[in-house]
Amino acid sequence: MTATVADAPAAPVSGAPIPPKKWGAAIALGVIALLSLIFFGFGTPAGSTTKFVIARKTDFIQLPSLTVPSELAAILLSLVGLALAGWVAYRANQRRKVGIWLPIVYGMAIMGALLTWAGAGREATSIQLTGLLTSSLFLAVPLVFGALAGTLCERSGIINIAIEGQLLAGAFLAALVGSMAGNAYVGLIAAPVAGALVGLLLAIFATKYWVNQIVVGVVLNMLVIGLTGFFFSTLMSDDPSLNQPIGLEKLPIPLLSKIPVLGPVLFNQNLLVYILYVAVAALQIMLFKSRWGLRVRAVGEHPKAADTVGIQVNRTRIRNTVLGGAVAGLGGAFFTVASGLAFGKEMTAGKGYIALAAMILGRWSPRGALAAALLFGFADALRVQLGAIGSPIPSQFLAMTPYLATIFAVAGLVGHARPPASEGIPYKK
Amino acid sequence: MKLELRGITKRFGDFTANDRIDLVVEPGTVHALLGENGAGKSTLMNVLFGLYDADEGEVLLDDEPVVFDGPGDAMTAGIGMVHQHFMLVHPFTVAENVMLGHEDVRGPAKLLDVEAARAKVREISERFNFNVDPDAVIEDLPVGAQQRVEIIKALSRDASLLILDEPTAVLTPQETDELLGIVKDLRDAGTAVVLITHKLREVQAVADTITVIRRGKVVGTAEPTASQEELASLMVGRAVTMRVDKEPAKPGETMLEVDGLTVVDDAGIVQLDGVSFEVKAGEILAIAGVQGNGQTELTEALLGVVPADAGSATLDGEVITGRTIKEVLHSGIGFVPEDRTEDGIVASMTISNNLILDVHDKAPYAKGGALQPKVIAEEARKHVEQFDVRATGIDQTAGSLSGGNQQKVVLARELSRPLKLLIASNPTRGLDVGSIEFVHKRIVAERDSGAAVIIVSAELDEVVALADRIAVMYHGRIVGIVPPDTDRDTLGLMMAGAHDEEEAA
Amino acid sequence: MSADSQTTEDQRDEEAPPEDRWRRALREIVESSSMVVFMAIVASMIIGGVLIIFADEAVRESAAYFFSRPGDTFSAIGDALGSAYSSMFNGAVLNLEASSFAGVIKPLTQTLTMATPLIFAGLGLGIGFRAGLFNIGAQGQLLMGATFGAYIGFAFSLPAGLHLALAVIGCAVGGAIWGFIPGILKAKRGAHEVIVTIMLNYVALYLVAWLLSLDAFQREGSDNPISPFVAETAQYPKILGVQFNLHLGFLLALACAWGAWWLMERSTLGFRLRAVGANPSAARTAGMNIGTATIITMVIAGGLAGLAGSAPVLGTQKFLTDAVAGTLGFDAITVALLGRSRPLGIVLAAILFGGLQASGPSLQVNAGLPVDIVVVIQATIVLFIAAPPLVRAMFRLPAPAHEKEVAA
Repeated sequence: MTATVADAPAAPVSGAPIPPKKWGAAIALGVIALLSLIFFGFGTPAGSTTKFVIARKTDFIQLPSLTVPSELAAILLSLVGLALAGWVAYRANQRRKVGIWLPIVYGMAIMGALLTWAGAGREATSIQLTGLLTSSLFLAVPLVFGALAGTLCERSGIINIAIEGQLLAGAFLAALVGSMAGNAYVGLIAAPVAGALVGLLLAIFATKYWVNQIVVGVVLNMLVIGLTGFFFSTLMSDDPSLNQPIGLEKLPIPLLSKIPVLGPVLFNQNLLVYILYVAVAALQIMLFKSRWGLRVRAVGEHPKAADTVGIQVNRTRIRNTVLGGAVAGLGGAFFTVASGLAFGKEMTAGKGYIALAAMILGRWSPRGALAAALLFGFADALRVQLGAIGSPIPSQFLAMTPYLATIFAVAGLVGHARPPASEGIPYKK
Repeated sequence: MKLELRGITKRFGDFTANDRIDLVVEPGTVHALLGENGAGKSTLMNVLFGLYDADEGEVLLDDEPVVFDGPGDAMTAGIGMVHQHFMLVHPFTVAENVMLGHEDVRGPAKLLDVEAARAKVREISERFNFNVDPDAVIEDLPVGAQQRVEIIKALSRDASLLILDEPTAVLTPQETDELLGIVKDLRDAGTAVVLITHKLREVQAVADTITVIRRGKVVGTAEPTASQEELASLMVGRAVTMRVDKEPAKPGETMLEVDGLTVVDDAGIVQLDGVSFEVKAGEILAIAGVQGNGQTELTEALLGVVPADAGSATLDGEVITGRTIKEVLHSGIGFVPEDRTEDGIVASMTISNNLILDVHDKAPYAKGGALQPKVIAEEARKHVEQFDVRATGIDQTAGSLSGGNQQKVVLARELSRPLKLLIASNPTRGLDVGSIEFVHKRIVAERDSGAAVIIVSAELDEVVALADRIAVMYHGRIVGIVPPDTDRDTLGLMMAGAHDEEEAA
Repeated sequence: MSADSQTTEDQRDEEAPPEDRWRRALREIVESSSMVVFMAIVASMIIGGVLIIFADEAVRESAAYFFSRPGDTFSAIGDALGSAYSSMFNGAVLNLEASSFAGVIKPLTQTLTMATPLIFAGLGLGIGFRAGLFNIGAQGQLLMGATFGAYIGFAFSLPAGLHLALAVIGCAVGGAIWGFIPGILKAKRGAHEVIVTIMLNYVALYLVAWLLSLDAFQREGSDNPISPFVAETAQYPKILGVQFNLHLGFLLALACAWGAWWLMERSTLGFRLRAVGANPSAARTAGMNIGTATIITMVIAGGLAGLAGSAPVLGTQKFLTDAVAGTLGFDAITVALLGRSRPLGIVLAAILFGGLQASGPSLQVNAGLPVDIVVVIQATIVLFIAAPPLVRAMFRLPAPAHEKEVAA
């Protein structure tokens, strides 16, 4: 062995590799913060105040509501946003990444500025903070399950466009079986079965027949819409007892649910939400720290390498796709038994596609999926609340934000989304 | 462990890739499997490794018949394989790659014991002096180090039989020597090694036994003392030394002048570093070098596929850098790409369409945005005949042709317009002997008709046979331009980056 | 492996042994993709039949006492299937129960009317597939096209021919703009068109919902988000008289089909798009600009999807709502897949699916079946044709020598 061991052909000629500096994120965040400063900060009438109601009347600990001077608060919050954008720029100059905390804090600051502005000078109404957060989490539930499903499939190399169909199938079967048994919990058990079946179809067409996975996904969505719609209009309308609005009751966790603000938001929920906490944490650990996760990721990145060390590529993919389908199906239960509603035609209304967006923004990790889904849930909840207090922002634009954010992300304008290298490519020996 | 293959036959459709192959590998020996590209060596090893099912025949380990359902079985039985294309997961660390498939785990959730994997990597790395960091991410490692990771992978599974598939294709001569040293160490430690290669020098350097395969059959065995000529004639079926009949070059005016051409890739790595040279009309400049030393970037920068970050190239007085590919092609450059199926042909289109790929919108093939099917067909028939493309008709898809015939289609297309410069990258890779001769003849004919020619080839034999001058590349630079009769040791040293040899010319 | 597979292909030069001419003709029919398409349709009809039987109350009731009187169950099954398939035929092809000739052929004209937007959008998607782009955004492009066309249609007052022409062009432009966005994002930023087009579908939906909340778009005296009616001068004339819905848009769609054929098979631009779709790196090496091809493809695909939007706003419904696109954009994907991305195939597939959809009301009224059955049949047809080996296995057809790639 000589000293040239570490030296090899492809090595850089002049020193270490120098990745180009990426300014996109800093610019985007800076522009948004600046707009926030101009519109929400300086656009707020001077002297007005905004009232934030922090606790609800039913809460255990009553906190006083918070009234802030609108203009000052909005300006300060926008400045926080600008400062964070500056920090991103500083890190970009050093070619370093920022932690996951940054987008969260940034988002809270800008959203806070927006809320302050929207609630300014409306003495009669106030911003219901706990309510806003509760409905954010609530609206995020199907998105988190859907995004987890997408992550499970795509990490193993199968593109799952059929999340929408899996959610809908789960919602349908949960309602049907729950109604038949007269018990919402039985419906909760049935939901993942429906999703898993859709996942199985996807897996078979993708691994056995090598059909383009996007085609299968789109068509499976149609199939589920057709089938559930058909049974809804025949079976369920012939016999309404098969489609009852039954719900999971809330299970407040002793003590924890008494914590101000967070307690009622996080720990006074139904079983499905608690399953969600466990699912996110467990999948995050399992995917990145366990043998199963290592193998799944290897299959999604370089299936042949996995095959040569004795990992069954297609079996892994089928298992993951079925598991992913089951997770999405469970999320589908949100629409019926977890919300106490009867099944309705196409009631998932495109949530599966937002879940897909959350998966991409969350960079194919359970933790990221949770964060992105919460952000989308927040945007949705905000739309509802601003609609209630009569804000000047058209609600349609808030509804658009998840989709626009995803377009920005995949266009690499904010960070870069790098999917598993072998996703969508059938594995043929 | 002793390995024995008896009558292994593997067919793909009508084609027999392996025809009743018998092979015995004794423990503690290096067994070389010698054969041309496409002779069936890799297929045989993939059968042995459980990646393919054999149609006939059996595999015996220590005289016991075994059946492998997949690579997992083969590995459990103590067979390790280093594939020609590394089987490493790029975003994973070395330790993760090494443990993949036989991970040490803890607890009911089977969480990874990364520390154990690290320790194993360190232990093997130290034992064989590999110098590999267990926490390095694969995509950051140079090729040579990645190959050592592959070997660690096999050794960590206690492989007592190690298959190396064309391990030196991507290595410099010096790295190759190191690898051959490792192979010897492994043998001395009792491991049986199967070395798949078509390079005679390596075979002579380390092999204890040599089996030669041609067209899917074992055509003979040889002792390592056999001469290169004997081995070569066994390998290709007749006594062949790669020679091209050509007149001495009659260089004319300078046709291409490259000045300080530099390419930095997306990751910020300098791939082509201030390359300067010139090629005259009627001359073949062959570019030698180990794969991955900037040759690809050089040809791509000339064509305009990758932008030049500095420097320029001038063709017959016209600057071609900074132009679009289309403009460069139309300024009189013919381009035969390195990867024929990837860059040369559109497999699902017909031969006639492939023949007009770069001139489809020019008269007489097109008139005012409309294709002229009759003209296209007539011209296609002419070219197919001229270039001896063996096909059922011009409407056959290019993808259904053999590699040699695909290459003829590419050549027919590129050579059918008047050229000032022909750039051909590895123009004979994967071709049979007959096609190679045809391609070489055509290239020399193009030179004799007055075009400047650049040939990039990883095969030193081809370089020496075709070149009027040889430029050697290393680490994105041209380390020297030498005459074709330069001896191979000198060329080898230059390919390894020995700058001192520059003046040897 | 690559070196070995090379040699595999060497062997293909050898001619297959001569075969009896008739046997070969027969084999070609059986192995052909049209046979697979036909069998896929048959299989889907069978699956649809199973659903119909399952959903039929009479069948379920008689099945309860199946073992004492199995005949009842079978006759109930027969009745259910008979009424379903006959009302499908009556609703989509010829209404044999009608008294007048016009009444008899009305379903057929309705089928062609329903097929019109599917032809337009299917052609756009087909061109995209052949150029290697997976456009899931026909839905949004269609909606934007409809919005532009409808606005021109109701906001201006122009002479008859000119008004229609401008409105039609507006539809194409609206769709083209919505196709341009993912095109340029893919060409310049490498953004995957599948994700971008999916997201843009929703952006378009909310954009139109917002527009319809504005005074400029909302119909006077209505609280609902619907636009005024498009002026008569901007409506497609009915080509078979007022008693039929079939309008000029159908002929325009057929003209576009011919145009798409010419573009892809006879023009230099189409040659480039095909080459880029089949092998982008070879196309690039031959001097073609991939980015430009991507953008052009998406603009053409978007424009055609936008024209599909003209069918409802200028032809049948004649005003704009945010639901004007229905599920046309996704249906068009299935049309393009079933039509194998070829114009003739797309026209035929659009007529088939148009017929299925046209039969919806008749199914509902005469057989008491929800229109969803049509969606199920449509989806299963596409699943089957996407997996020829599955269909061959089901009907025990022989496999062809070389399995052809599935469309897209």
